[in-house]
Amino acid sequence: MSPSPPPIRSFWRTFRRNRMGMVGAVMLILAVLMAVFAPVLAPYNPYQPTRVTIDDIYAPPSPEHPFGTDDAGKDVLSSFIYGARVSLIVGFFASFISIFIGGVIGISAGFYGGKLENGLMRFTDIMLVIPDFPLIVLLVALTKPNLLNIILVIGLLGWTSSARLVRSQTLSVKQRKFVLRARAIGAGNFHIIRRHIFPLVLPLIVVNTVLVISLAVLNESALSFLGLSDPTKISWGQMLNFAFTRGAMSAGAWWALVAPGLGIVWLVLSCTLLGQGLEQVLNPRLETHHLSVGSKMVARMMGIKETPAIGD
Amino acid sequence: MSPIVQVTHLRKLFPVKKSGLFDRNETFVHAVDDVSFTVGRGEVLAVVGESGCGKSTLALTLMGLERPTSGVIQIDGQNIATLNGKEMQVVRRHVQMIFQDPYESLNPIMTIADIVAEPLKVHGLVKNKQERQERVIRALEDAGLKPAVNFMHRLPQELSGGQRQRVVIAGALVLEPELLIADEPVSMLDVSIRAEILNLLLELRQTRGISIVMITHDLGTVGYVADRIAVMYLGRLVEIGPALQVLQQPQHPYTRALLSVVPVPNPRQRRERVILQGETPNPINLPPGCRFHPRCPVARPHCQQHDPQLRLVPVGHEVACLEVTPKELS
Ligand SMILES: Nc1ncnc2c1ncn2[C@@H]1O[C@H](COP(=O)(O)OP(=O)(O)O)[C@@H](O)[C@H]1O
Ligand code: SF4
Ligand SMILES: [Mg+2]
Repeated sequence: MSPSPPPIRSFWRTFRRNRMGMVGAVMLILAVLMAVFAPVLAPYNPYQPTRVTIDDIYAPPSPEHPFGTDDAGKDVLSSFIYGARVSLIVGFFASFISIFIGGVIGISAGFYGGKLENGLMRFTDIMLVIPDFPLIVLLVALTKPNLLNIILVIGLLGWTSSARLVRSQTLSVKQRKFVLRARAIGAGNFHIIRRHIFPLVLPLIVVNTVLVISLAVLNESALSFLGLSDPTKISWGQMLNFAFTRGAMSAGAWWALVAPGLGIVWLVLSCTLLGQGLEQVLNPRLETHHLSVGSKMVARMMGIKETPAIGD
Repeated sequence: MSPIVQVTHLRKLFPVKKSGLFDRNETFVHAVDDVSFTVGRGEVLAVVGESGCGKSTLALTLMGLERPTSGVIQIDGQNIATLNGKEMQVVRRHVQMIFQDPYESLNPIMTIADIVAEPLKVHGLVKNKQERQERVIRALEDAGLKPAVNFMHRLPQELSGGQRQRVVIAGALVLEPELLIADEPVSMLDVSIRAEILNLLLELRQTRGISIVMITHDLGTVGYVADRIAVMYLGRLVEIGPALQVLQQPQHPYTRALLSVVPVPNPRQRRERVILQGETPNPINLPPGCRFHPRCPVARPHCQQHDPQLRLVPVGHEVACLEVTPKELS
């Protein structure tokens, strides 16, 4: 009898066969690689001042500048490559903040119930009805639009849907008999949350994180597009903003728009595909329309097959 | 020595969610309603009754997992309502529970070894890994999972129902309990392995002197496992006594009805079947008087007025029925 395979490896075996998820994962990894290796990949350093002549402004694609140049005569390809960094940094860090808050609120509300749940969920509902984006714009405009503030504002406002999801999953895990059994052996609340609730809510949190990343990326791009970007950092939204406000349209310089626009679409699409792929693998409710997510979902994640019982 | 469990006038009511906005009348599910009994040391007490009569609620209340509405539960002579957290943990350790559904009572992402070691960690009972490992192995083998190493690294899903129930039992045994509360421990298992699990429990009683409260609705095997039998109906005990006496000379009309439909090996001994008529019992709106009267085949008018209490029929055998008097027993 061989011991069961490690959870991660069996998860990978199932995930690998999910085309949507794999495409999303590869797209996301490519974007991350591009951001990490930007100094190697970019033909020029967009943060370095360059001497430009009038001919260098909005120059069309050419061998020296495959994606053309922008309003300041800078290489669009290099800015595009470096711009991925801001989107990814904001996307990851803001979504971690959101997921952390949403996870803590969702698990506490679902697990403890009662007044705490009422209070937390009322708060969540209030946050949910406030339109996120106008508030994000307002807060970033009021504080200084630097990278940290942008991350904090997007992260601190983006947790509501996660809190609701995590709460409902916690409620369903809490009902299960092994939680009652843990109580029967004398386990306290903290132990039960750590060993029995959290591990079974985790798959949902993972899926949700990926989807929240794409939201954060979109929010950041929209902010930058409105001119609320960190002025010291190149980002895709900022490139679009400059293109629109500095005459790329009238100059017919489509190349200044296409690259950053496609970059944003690429990232959002990759997260969406990856998130949906993960959901299909982790949460077969989608296929079976079965409402008791818990065991099947985790069993899937852990790659547990119904193996024939060993001699009873 | 005090009995391991002494329950007096235990009551557990669940408030019913009101549907009407202006309905201010509190209504309750009378899950356990004024129940008193004792369990002696090393004794197996079987609790039988239809589903919904409050057996699981009784078990959870005994475990301290549901707070009684009123009444006193004494475990080992201690009133558990008066214990502080630390003292309660000690009681918890000595009272363990086996659940009905072994497919649901094990965390699907924990290995068997982790599951059985968990109670030791929770109570801080072992100093090092090796001691923990040894105790886990011993508990698994005592629960009949031999050799233990074959099971320790598996997940619950890879085991059969009977094996899973043995894991639950092993998880209880690591704490060396004095009392096991088994809530229909075999009802979800394959018929062919039920006897094995029941035998295991009886063996533990023999070797370790563990007392057992065994909830069951299988009247066919109850005589085999139990020293005494308690019959529950709508939150009440209606009859309690030595197993053979209850089975062979049931006094309460409800017990008689239950037993009359149990198949007996010898067809000539078959009792006349008593089919219970009337509606299924509703623990929210209890009938006045004897709560069994709407379905009782021998009810008389005064049964609607008087709520019978448990009375000794002969020594050790108690029945709650107005129509049963001690002299009826010869
Ligand atoms: N947590 C609860 N809340 C409300 N009602 C409950 C609860 N638990 C049990 N009940 C009710 O109490 C009665 C007894 O239930 P239970 O103890 O599970 O019976 P049994 O185990 O004998 O089938 C049932 O009517 C059930 O609906
Ligand atoms: S008291 Fe009356 S109704 Fe109740 S069980 Fe006895 S005979 Fe039946
Ligand atoms: Mg039950």
